[in-house]
Amino acid sequence: MFLSGWAIYNASPSLPFTFPWGLTLGGWLAGGIAWHISVMWVLFAVGLAYLAYGTISGHFWRDLRPTGPRALLRDLGNALRFRLPHRFGHYNAVQRLLYTAVILCICVQVLTGLSIWKPVQLAWLARLFGGYPLARNIHLAMMFCIIAFLAVHLLLVAIYPRTLVSMVASTNAEEER
Amino acid sequence: MIRRHHVPPSVRLAEISPEIAKPSRRRLLRNGLSLGSLALLTGCDLSTHSGVDAALWAMLRFNDRVQAALFDPQRLAETYPASAITRPFRFNAAYPIWEVRMVPEDWGLAVTGLVADKTPWTIDRLRGLPQEAQITRHICIEGWSQIGQWSGVPLHLFLRRVGADLRARYVAFTCFDGYSTSIDMASALHPQTILALDFEQQPLTPEWGAPVRLRIPVKLGFKSAKNLESIAVTNTYPGGFWENQGYDWFSGV
Repeated sequence: MFLSGWAIYNASPSLPFTFPWGLTLGGWLAGGIAWHISVMWVLFAVGLAYLAYGTISGHFWRDLRPTGPRALLRDLGNALRFRLPHRFGHYNAVQRLLYTAVILCICVQVLTGLSIWKPVQLAWLARLFGGYPLARNIHLAMMFCIIAFLAVHLLLVAIYPRTLVSMVASTNAEEER
Repeated sequence: MIRRHHVPPSVRLAEISPEIAKPSRRRLLRNGLSLGSLALLTGCDLSTHSGVDAALWAMLRFNDRVQAALFDPQRLAETYPASAITRPFRFNAAYPIWEVRMVPEDWGLAVTGLVADKTPWTIDRLRGLPQEAQITRHICIEGWSQIGQWSGVPLHLFLRRVGADLRARYVAFTCFDGYSTSIDMASALHPQTILALDFEQQPLTPEWGAPVRLRIPVKLGFKSAKNLESIAVTNTYPGGFWENQGYDWFSGV
């Protein structure tokens, strides 16, 4: 979605910069749109399945619900001093806040995407985001937020490679502590 | 403008599909994260005959069906006050402004295909039909948009006047500047789809599509073909200048 989106953005930049063509997918505008639209349906299906799973299984409420400001300050202080105690299967206050935020960002990304894809048929949605031109820039801004999240995420994985195991493997919190 | 990009050799879907088909979670992650395979995929730009391009074209066709289902024939595009009109209005075509063609001396609007009356139309005859004015947003496939003012003959009225078969699937437009496009009948019959004769209350000049252009606010800008020379009603998929190169055909907004 990122790489093809950059190809589409490059066709008519709304801000005074473009993405390097070497990083884009699709080669030109039509190719970029074809990729964006194709992957869009995959993201839509996977995203709905994930939201359904997270809600029904209680994963969102149990693991990702943001905690109070005190726990947040404590864990943020720890994180900034690179004291990152990790218990597999447990999310600290900073993680809870960031994961909730990025899930919301992705939801807004999908909704602004729909609103600029169908600004007439889904006019109510475009109006919700301040009209077509603004919705387009919100779509761009959300992309940067998600990229920033991914960058921090990858940086921390690089610092603590063992966390990778708990991300991709299905772990039992008690066993693997 | 649209720039063509250097096209490296592409990967065939058949070469990578055995890998993708294996349900191993880690392998899927690894393939998905491989920048190397992404670099190869950038060659898939709808211009080659690779398996990936075929898959992209298939997705576009699927997407067109979804768009047709989402289209509400009664829903009007938002209209704006005169104060919202974008000035100066941006010129946009597949060629630069100095290549704009003048209207040919013997110009007439031909009507072909599944219609009862194939008499060519003059501007005076078109002006004799009821006129409709609109101030609407023109949204380009590139992402930019601008608000403009057009008036002319509603296309549904014109199609009924020439006795068109309104159950036909497509209405195709060809232009004397070499451009062409086509739309579905449902969008052609939309009340805001007009054969525009005026832009900002003045008769069209060549750069804005003289002597008559399509103005269809429920589609992306490239569907609003300028400098028309013929309209055809048909059941055979007509394609179009950009559509044949990979812009999605329906392109509704």
